[in-house]
Amino acid sequence: MAMDRLPREVIAMRVARELPDGSYVNLGIGIPTLVSQFIPEGRSVIYHSENGILNYGPMAPEGQEDIDLINAGGQFLEPVPGMAFFDSSAAFGMIRGGHIDVSVLGALQVSERGDLANWMVPQRGVGNIGGAMDLAAGAKRVIVAMEHTTPKGDHKIVPECTFPLTARECVSLICTDVAVIEASPAGLVLVEVAPGWAPEEVQAITGAPLRVSPGLREIEL
Amino acid sequence: MPIDKVYASFADAVADVPDGAVIMMDGFGGPGGMPQQLILALRDQGAKDLTIISNTAGLPGFGAVSGQEVINHSVLVENGQVRKIIASFPVSPSASRPNAFELAYREGKVELEVLPQGTLAERIRAGGAGIPAFYTPTGVGTVVAEGKEVRTFDGREYLLETGLTADFAFLRAYKSDTLGNTTYRGSSRNFNAVMATAARITVVEVEEILQPGDLDPEAIATPGIFVHRIVRR
Repeated sequence: MAMDRLPREVIAMRVARELPDGSYVNLGIGIPTLVSQFIPEGRSVIYHSENGILNYGPMAPEGQEDIDLINAGGQFLEPVPGMAFFDSSAAFGMIRGGHIDVSVLGALQVSERGDLANWMVPQRGVGNIGGAMDLAAGAKRVIVAMEHTTPKGDHKIVPECTFPLTARECVSLICTDVAVIEASPAGLVLVEVAPGWAPEEVQAITGAPLRVSPGLREIEL
Repeated sequence: MPIDKVYASFADAVADVPDGAVIMMDGFGGPGGMPQQLILALRDQGAKDLTIISNTAGLPGFGAVSGQEVINHSVLVENGQVRKIIASFPVSPSASRPNAFELAYREGKVELEVLPQGTLAERIRAGGAGIPAFYTPTGVGTVVAEGKEVRTFDGREYLLETGLTADFAFLRAYKSDTLGNTTYRGSSRNFNAVMATAARITVVEVEEILQPGDLDPEAIATPGIFVHRIVRR
């Protein structure tokens, strides 16, 4: 009998462990934004925002919002020492040029080969690509942070993406509210499960086949 | 005669925008980079069938301090002046709260070309730098690749994308001198500094206009050669 699913903050906490000391990281909108709150003690991460900022810190408190100091999600930032500003072509040069170590993105679907679809729900007829295609194509490592299924229970991890693709074979790791899964063109490997979840229970809500890692363990935070 | 690019009013600065013009505008999405006064002047001027090249198509509330009025592309869309938008982030993140562009798009009143944000930035940079086309890894294997040449370099596939130029660029910056040397503030530089290079006529609205020598030459992000008109907001 499967246990509860993990809250969004815990998914973010698990992703945070993946960010190496000294790395340059771009966090997408949604669960990825929460990751910065959970960087392990003693580790330094420099955040890149594709609207032209390196090394941003906390959100600005109410009453101190500055319209010239926002991140790519439109949140107001506090000025912090060591910030750098630049234009959009430089911001995406950093991404495409392979200078971003980790991109953490949300997803609508991930395929068993690590294809990512995260910019458009076909029924809407229109969508926002934003920086997602560049990040998925350009970052050294792409981590997806998302709920394992849709609120209706539909699979998000699927044999083939049916939604428009963001990039092919780009995802390395999927962190969800029930599991951590390594992705590669060779297929998906279940490496961690949430407390109380058996591999078969994770597979039952996953549209693509999972190989179970011999070192399978419970998610540690 | 000394060069002076300062215009007395926003109306003067946009008076010659013709119907059918291609206009680059907007920093990123929020009001910090948005040429708000030029947008209002263009609404009053009334040019139609415009093509707008911008990161967004007007996101109400994005990057705005609550309670403050937000002026963005929606003003022009709602006034029926826009024929086409070329953008990376054209609609509201929430489908249940559509922006003016999405409503017009659903009614077939506006065309859309949606493209990756980095491809948009680089197409504009290339357009401004005299580069007709370039290869990028972004968008390979997606709808963005449809109809585009794919070429392999060192075993990886890339798409051919073309440079973009415009008739006008409307920018919001921090300070300019009368020669057009321009500085930006914080995160509001983004697309502004790229678009400045790619238009036949670049118009900048600024907080302050200074005399030559008043700006630190090391701090100038857009050299005056790219700026044709300056208006103080």
